[in-house]
Parts: sequence; structure tokens; C-alpha cells
Amino acid sequence: MAEVTIANYMVNFGPQHPAAHGVLRLVMELDGEIVERCDPHIGLLHRGTEKLIEYKTYLQAMPYFDRLDYVAPMSQEHAFVLATERLLGLEVPARGQAIRVLFAEISRLLNHLLNVTTHALDCGAMTPALWGFEEREKLMEFYERVSGARMHAAYFRPGGVHQDMPKGMDEDIINYLPRMLKVIDDIEGLLTENRIYRQRNVDIGVISAKDAMDWGFSGVMLRGSGVAWDLRKSQPYDGYEKYDFDIPVGKNGDCFDRYLCRIEEMRQSARIIKQCIETMPGGPVSSDDRKIVPPRRGEMKRSMEALIHHFKLYTEGFHVPAGETYAAVEAPKGEFAVYLISDGTNKPYRCRIHAPGFAHLQATDFMSKGHMLADAVSIVGNMDIVFGEIDR
Amino acid sequence: MTDAFWNTLWTGYVFPGGTILVHILMLVVPLLIAVAYLTLMERKVLAAMSLRMGPNVVGPFGLLQPFADAVKLIFKEPIIPSGANKFLFIAAPCITFILALIAWAVIPVADGWVIADINVGVLYLFAISSLGVYGIIIAGWSSNSRYAFLGALRSSAQMVSYEVSMGFVIITVLLCVGSLNLVDIVEAQKTVWFALPLFPMFVIFFISALAETNRHPFDLPEAEAELVAGYQVEYSSMTFALFFLGEYANMILMSGMTSILFLGGWLPPLDIAPFNWIPGIVWFCLKIFVLLFVFIWVRATVPRYRYDQLMRLGWKVFLPVSLFWVIATAGVLVAFDLLPQGMK
Repeated sequence: MAEVTIANYMVNFGPQHPAAHGVLRLVMELDGEIVERCDPHIGLLHRGTEKLIEYKTYLQAMPYFDRLDYVAPMSQEHAFVLATERLLGLEVPARGQAIRVLFAEISRLLNHLLNVTTHALDCGAMTPALWGFEEREKLMEFYERVSGARMHAAYFRPGGVHQDMPKGMDEDIINYLPRMLKVIDDIEGLLTENRIYRQRNVDIGVISAKDAMDWGFSGVMLRGSGVAWDLRKSQPYDGYEKYDFDIPVGKNGDCFDRYLCRIEEMRQSARIIKQCIETMPGGPVSSDDRKIVPPRRGEMKRSMEALIHHFKLYTEGFHVPAGETYAAVEAPKGEFAVYLISDGTNKPYRCRIHAPGFAHLQATDFMSKGHMLADAVSIVGNMDIVFGEIDR
Repeated sequence: MTDAFWNTLWTGYVFPGGTILVHILMLVVPLLIAVAYLTLMERKVLAAMSLRMGPNVVGPFGLLQPFADAVKLIFKEPIIPSGANKFLFIAAPCITFILALIAWAVIPVADGWVIADINVGVLYLFAISSLGVYGIIIAGWSSNSRYAFLGALRSSAQMVSYEVSMGFVIITVLLCVGSLNLVDIVEAQKTVWFALPLFPMFVIFFISALAETNRHPFDLPEAEAELVAGYQVEYSSMTFALFFLGEYANMILMSGMTSILFLGGWLPPLDIAPFNWIPGIVWFCLKIFVLLFVFIWVRATVPRYRYDQLMRLGWKVFLPVSLFWVIATAGVLVAFDLLPQGMK
């Protein structure tokens, strides 16, 4: 009999694939159903954000951050405004900080709802995704009520937030939380104790604490492996130290642990939101330094000085003292950071964005090697990859 | 002579042929309408379970949606990939669709309402449903696409595995009936439906039916998250519609088989006053409807198995359990002298 060589099967997974989470392209080498090699290709959503920011004033640069991880827009804004404030040496009033924390946690809920449910969808369970999206819509309504936009809010500004919350919104959020927790319970009811879901996720994509740190993981991907590292606790910003919340940590570092971490983080976020609203201080929502924060509309109509400030801020923008800084926030996906260099002009000299998803995506090959094709889908889905922030 | 010739032609060929044709149309037309509305029902039920409205624009409550879908699919351009084997590529959906329909020839929808009351009805059904794998594997191979091929491989492995345990399940029923005729099987359930004494077998049969029709949680051949649409990935227009219709007709067929083998076919649940006024066909349709609802319910609830887990369930759980039940049933029947007539 003639000798037959058996070649492995190469599959182009994506970029137009329902489980590829945006425009991920994986070149997979399959031995039957076993993944031998899984090579992620990026760059299909590259928009040159970092370069564009160099040609924009600080305020004009801010909305680009909404468009990075479009699943949790305000968390990215948070990192950029913190970096800008650090260079400016600007103080944010207590109410502004509390509103930021409130919306950062709403963003976390938005992100985890999407990730948990679409991961379930990748595993074949379709109902949680639709339940989750219903709740996301409610949360985006809160976005809309403060900023006028469902997703690309541009709400956080250097010095605080753009506007105060509308009257009665704090009560609406408090009233909404129990419903939200109920939906999380419902989603857990469909997934956590489900035999098939467990079979699909327990011991899949295991990564040890050491490997996770070596690969530069952060956020849930790191905590799932048992490393209790959360910037909200380790280097609190915007008054996170005032709130009482727990950091869930996984044990085995598999997909199921990370799923459980995300579920618990949603409950903790709800706790923070509740405390935020209950202890919400009064006063202004943004700094009153008129060289940086534009005046209110009414003031502008009465005062010539305010009018000049307004004109200068919206044409030339504010100048930031020369220097460089690194500001990191605990975004839902992990450590999202901005490295900002200012040369003293009104535009950033360089704005380097550190996206957590990029580090996670690197490990695709490492984590899915030897697993089956269906597991690779589950692993990629569980990594919480959004291409907006990876390709920038 | 001419008179005699025309007479024989009429009584021997034209009349019986015409009657059969009318019978077939009387079965196939309602069946196709049922398939059309099954797609609507699936969308509506799934929508309700995920807090949505479902189709509600075309016609009252979206009742005309299936026809809108059909028109859309018919008028689309059928695209045949340049690397595909044209003949097989078109033949595959036809095979699937035809097999899904011809199986209905032996299904008794009510007392005496059956096109072909043959003695080996169960065997015929089993043979036809086994042939179903050809449509899928030919589709996967002839598409000349990697996703389609992988889907077809999964599907053939899956259907073959679950047919084995399904065969044993059917054997336990046959032991209790003593006949392969579907009408006899239903008649044998006059006292009690087989779903009660053979409950584990009923469950195994229904789960295997899910696997046999490639439905959740066994929809690996067309696993959206992994293989996009599996063996259907290159199909469009009417060729896709035939697969689609075939899949849904198969769902109805499997529900029909389950209700005949385990739920007493057209028989009412109790043979007493208000129940036996209702005609048998209504009972039969009702049982199919309930089973189809469960099909959809399962789809809304569970995630998808992985390939190896599916194989493990088929070979390491269902096969031993059903084998054990065949022996246990046979043992009980022999020990208590309950064997049906003709098998002693």
C-alpha cells in the first residue's frame, strides 16, 4: 500500500465568523478536532487612535476613548481624564468623583453582562444573551440620561464630569438594582449548575498564576488564577477606598472560574453603586478652575470673562504643563492605562494606550493548544476580547 | 378488446394510482404547512422565552411570516461555489428533503389513516432515518469547504452513534408489542402507554431524537459558534430552504415516531367519555405539538455539547443503559409469561 501522509487541517477562523468577537482572525491548525496551533491575527480594526490623539486637543481626544472598548466606554474615559488631571494637578470635587465611580461600575456591569452572556452563546446557550442585552439596554439608558448618548458618552471630563445627573436618577438606579440582581440570578440559574455548561468550561483554558503574570494578564483573567490584584484596592483612585466591596478570586484559573468571578463582580459592582448613591455628596460635579473646565451656559450669557473662557477652551483648548504620566484604572477587562506625554502645548505629544485585551489575546495559542475546536471558541469568548481596544 | 384494455388500465393502474396520489397530497400538503408554521412557532416560543416579541409584522401575529420567508428564499440567487461538485451539491439537499417526506408513508396519523400499512413499518422508518446522513455528508463533501466538511464529519459520526441506542430502544418496544407494524404498536398501547413502563427508554429515545435531528444540545454539525453553519455553510436560496424544510420535517417525524412508540399515537390518554369523543388525528397532532414544544424549549435552555462529550454520552451512557433495558424487558416478559401473541 502506498504511503499516505496526513496533513493537518488549516482553518481560517474569522474575521467574518460569528464567534470571532468582532474582527478577530485565527489561523488554526487542526488535527481532527484538536487545535494544534492557533495564531491570532490583528489589525483589522486599526484606526490609528493614538496618532489621531496627537493632533487633537485634550478635550477633543477624549471621545476616542469611548470608541476603544465600546462595551464599557466610560472606563476608558476614566483612564484618560485621570492622566490629564495628574499632569494638570487638578482636584476633582467629591461629587464628581462619586459620579465617576458610579458610572465606572455601571460600565463594569455593562461589560460583564455582555461577556458572560456572549460566552454562554459561544457555548451554545442562547437565552442568557438576550436577557443580558435587555439589561444592558436599561443600563445604557442611564448613560443616555446623563450624557445624551447610549454608548459613546464623552461624559467624564478633565476636572470631573460634564454635567450633574438629572433629578431623580439616583432613585431610579437604586430601584433598578434589585431587578438587575434578579437577572444575574436567572442567568446563573441557566448556566452555573448546568452540567453541559460545566463540562464545557471546567478545566478548559487553565492558566496558572505564574503564567498569567508572565503573559501580562490583568483583571479577571489574572484574578481567575488566584491572584488578588485589583487596582481599585491596590492603588485606589477617585475615592474607591471609601467603598466597601470584595474582590472575587478564582482557584483553578479555568474558564469556569473566570465566569464565576465575573458574576460575583457584578454583584460587587451593584454594592458599590448602592453605596455611591447612598453617600453621594452634594456640591459641584467638576472643578471650578475656569482655565480648564468650561463655564456653565448660564454664566456664559452673563459674564464676559466666562464667554472668553468658553471660546478659548473650545477653540484652542487648555494647555497642559510639560511632563509625562501613567494612569491606570481597573477597567472591566483588566488594567486599562494611558501613558501621556505633554510638551506644554494644547495637544498631547504622545498618548500610548495600554489595552488589557491585547495581553490576553497573546495567550490564545498558549491557552488553546491541545484543546478541541469548541474549547478554543470558549476560551476566546472567555478572554473578554473586544477589538476596539486591541487594534485601537 | 379495447374495452377490456381501457378497463384494466382504469381499475388496475389509473384509479389506484390516482388514489395514492390524492392520499399523498392529503398528507404532504398539511405536513409542509405544518413545517412552515413550525418555523414560526419556534421563533415565537424562543422569543417568548428570551423576553422578545418574535415575528409580528407580516400578517396578524406574524402569521404570514413563513410565506414571506419562503418567497424570499425562492427568489434568491442560488450560489454554487466554483470548487463544488455541482451535481452532488444540488442533489444533497434534495436527498435530505425527500427522505424527510417519504418516511411519512408508513406513519398512521389516525385509526386506519395511513398510506402504506406495511408489516415492517418500524424497520422502514429506521432505514429512512439512517439514510438521512447521506444528504448531510454529501453536502459537506461536495461544498469543498473546510467548515462544511468538518460539520459533515461531525454529523455523520453523531447520527450513526445515536442510531445504535435508538435501535435498542425500538427493540424494547417491539418486544412488548410483538409486531413491526406501526398500527399494531399503537393498538398495543390501549391499556397503558409505553412511556410509563418503559420510561427510561422514552427519555433516551427523545434525547436520541434530538441528536438525530441535529437539534440543541447536539447541534454540533451546524454549531454556529464553531463552524458558522456546518454543512449548510455554502448553501443559499432554495437549496438552503430544502435543508431547512428537511430538518423541520424531520423534527415533526421524530416527534411522530416518539408519540407512536411511547405515547399511544392517536389514542386518547384514557378511553373514557370526553376523551374518546375527540378524533384520533387531533390527539396525534396534539402529542406531536407538545413534543415539538419540548424540542424548542430544550433549544432555549441548554448549551451545546462538545464533540467528545457527545460521543461519550452516546456510547458510554445510552448504549449500555438501552442494552440493559432490552435484556431486562425481555427477562421480565419471559419470567412473567407476558410475551405478546406470536412471539411465544
